[in-house]
Amino acid sequence: MTDRVQIGDTVRVELGRRYRFAASHRLHTAQLSEEENCRVFGKCNNPYGHGHNYVLEIRLSGEIDPATGMIANLADMDSFVAREVLEPFDHKSLNEDVAVFRDIVPTTENLCIEIYRRLKEFPHAKLERVRVEETSNNSFEYSGDTVNLTGREKA
Amino acid sequence: MVLLTRKIEFSASHRYHNPAFSSEENRRVFGKCNNPHGHGHNYTLEVTVAGEPDPVTGMVLDLKELKEILEREVMQRMDHRHLNFEVPELAGQIPTCENIARVIWNLLDPKIKQGRLHRVRLYESADLFADCYRNGAGGAGP
Repeated sequence: MTDRVQIGDTVRVELGRRYRFAASHRLHTAQLSEEENCRVFGKCNNPYGHGHNYVLEIRLSGEIDPATGMIANLADMDSFVAREVLEPFDHKSLNEDVAVFRDIVPTTENLCIEIYRRLKEFPHAKLERVRVEETSNNSFEYSGDTVNLTGREKA
Repeated sequence: MVLLTRKIEFSASHRYHNPAFSSEENRRVFGKCNNPHGHGHNYTLEVTVAGEPDPVTGMVLDLKELKEILEREVMQRMDHRHLNFEVPELAGQIPTCENIARVIWNLLDPKIKQGRLHRVRLYESADLFADCYRNGAGGAGP
């Protein structure tokens, strides 16, 4: 295969991939009183939680390997995302089943940051951003700028 | 600055195969995309042009012109074609989403005279796409 990736190539290419998972959550913090929780989080504070079909979109950048034409092999990427995110999150309660959300509120903002933290270790390409659709009307993006999940170290 | 996006769809077949690899290596690296007789996709292409609206026409560029450029440069080259054999610009490359998107960027960039090509996004399926940006042009944008 000819190496067509030229030095000084004027184009920057990113690979995007979407995944789906379903999970429940409850927005509630021990730092607020019951009334305040109710006022701040509204129906998302329902004691028994509720769920969403989340869509996760990730964007990776890197050189296109001339031998494969790929920034990252999809099989490597899919198995990494499955292990780090889909298996621990899909059909789970984010509050109960994902350790980090025992201390912080599992809003989709925080979910984005947590997913970014997990996926940035992907060894074969650079994670550019994580976008999560909580519903088709609400989506959140995080690209790892300055960070912080309340009470946690920098991601 | 305003971003203008036009979407087109084309259908094409391809196969992932590197003649420098053994048969087993090809199957291991490319999986079912290495099927000897190829397979195909409905590709969706979104082309985004950035610019200031012309004070007289109110347009970043004339959509009719963009439509013609996309017809000539992309549709006629790639629609209902086999990307491995019928698109000279892809010769010697594996026709992955990344490589096809980059070829499309390189075809379109010199043809867009009003405004400036900002992003090429090529969907191979609803769950897999590649984005191209001008190198060094700041963040990834929307």
